[in-house]
Amino acid sequence: MNRRAVILLTGLAITLLALPLFANSYLLSIATLFLFFAYTGQAWNIMMGFAGQLSLGHALYLGVGGYSAAALYFHYGISPLIGLWLAVMICAALSACLGALAFRYGISGVYFTLLTIAFAECARIGFDHFTWLGGSAGLFLKVAQRDRIDILNLRGPPALYYYAILLLAGLAFGLCSWLLRRRPGYYWQAIRENEEAAAALGINTFRWKILAVVISAAMTAVAGVFLAFYYNNLFPEQIFNINRSVEIILGPIVGGMGTLFGPVIGAALMTLLTDGATELVAALGWDIPGVKQLIYGVILLAVVVFLPHGIWPAIARKLKLER
Amino acid sequence: MSHLLQVSDLALHYGGAAALIGVSLQVEKGEMVALVGANGAGKSSFIRAVAGIERPITGRIVFAGHDITALESHEICDLGIGQVAEGRQLFPTLTVLENLHMGAMVQRARGRLKTSLAEVCGLFPRLAERRKQLAGTLSGGEQQMLAIGRCLMGCPELIMLDEPSLGLAPNLVQEVLQAIQALNRNGLTVLLVEQNVAAALKICQRGYVLESGRIVMTGSGNELLNDDRVRQAYLGL
Repeated sequence: MNRRAVILLTGLAITLLALPLFANSYLLSIATLFLFFAYTGQAWNIMMGFAGQLSLGHALYLGVGGYSAAALYFHYGISPLIGLWLAVMICAALSACLGALAFRYGISGVYFTLLTIAFAECARIGFDHFTWLGGSAGLFLKVAQRDRIDILNLRGPPALYYYAILLLAGLAFGLCSWLLRRRPGYYWQAIRENEEAAAALGINTFRWKILAVVISAAMTAVAGVFLAFYYNNLFPEQIFNINRSVEIILGPIVGGMGTLFGPVIGAALMTLLTDGATELVAALGWDIPGVKQLIYGVILLAVVVFLPHGIWPAIARKLKLER
Repeated sequence: MSHLLQVSDLALHYGGAAALIGVSLQVEKGEMVALVGANGAGKSSFIRAVAGIERPITGRIVFAGHDITALESHEICDLGIGQVAEGRQLFPTLTVLENLHMGAMVQRARGRLKTSLAEVCGLFPRLAERRKQLAGTLSGGEQQMLAIGRCLMGCPELIMLDEPSLGLAPNLVQEVLQAIQALNRNGLTVLLVEQNVAAALKICQRGYVLESGRIVMTGSGNELLNDDRVRQAYLGL
């Protein structure tokens, strides 16, 4: 990384760390959402951007992760800081099963993607009927007392959640940066570029693809735990919804797949777009249903048409940074 | 001499269609052997079967005393069979140097990365000149050199080349084939698959002719070059 990148990164880090000091609660909630998508985008990017395996079912890990920790807390009062390890383990095992099933039987490309959707849909329908976890009526956690900070149970003011997700996003960025420069990063790129050639060079493609899937799922599980304790409620129809999976992947696609900064920039743009469009429509007084989605769609379309590799590679070229 | 590679009675089907029927072939240590035939004769299928990419339905493949018939590609690679696939199969968005490094990821080659890199650059100086360039932007000849170089980075005992002359200008064909000859002189065992029958038989000690999935002829390079059937069918004489 060169000096410009370091300066850029330090500036970003300081701004993000100081944000709760001057931001109002609305801005803070938007920033939290942005960091959430930066984090999940980074996780999804390991699978697709690095290893070339398209998942459209990451809502599965979000949901299973969230429900695992929430169930422990709801039924047994176990801290989410412990529960998240259960969430990670369950999602890692689940994704390893999915990966092994697909890669052992040569299910690849769109068929692999369909399999990820199928798993998420099965979970959605399954959890709808899982009465121990509230079924379709949802699971509700005790609402946090906003004035008391209880890190152990992840209860507290919005700034607590903000810092929690900031920490996660930072760790994810660091992990991805490290992975990309190490042997796994090289192996994944080889597999993404040309799987047969990778195998012919002696790379155990099965093992490394599974590793990408498992890391990605485990990270997403942690995001699920965060989501559950941030919103204090879980509905199968929401958390396992395919819209969730799509939301996760838009950031890295728009920002630039396979890059480190892509998921972060993409998440920032998508969050700005969603809330910015709402603000804009309100300010202009356009009370037309669907106009918000229209703005959102047009801008998305423009990015895909004019920057097919995403925003970050274009910026990196301009700033003469490495990707 | 012991057989380095011994393939016996190999059969391979794609769906219902037979690609290889009872193919037997041996390569001795230090030899350079040609497998020639027309388009669709099964040459690439043979290489893919040996490399573990396709699964044969019958037959046995033994390499350096190991039965590799049922092994995975990466395990076969670890034992020392390098493969330069048809169409070169590079990583286009990685640089020349990154492609070469990728070739040295197998256990057997990791420790020898520096030496192998120096050897490859000695063999193909042009790769050294272009080491920072993206592989996808190289010319056809350079890409073929990179594909061979990347394979050599894995320190193979046997190298299988699938149509290295394909799509190259005549002077480049000579350059690439000479490099392969030089590798063989330095002790590398080579199995060369070619449609360019004359060029391949000229530089190989022995050859096999494959037709519709069967070996129809075998002999020394010169014998085959002077054989009337080969001359008629493949050399247009």
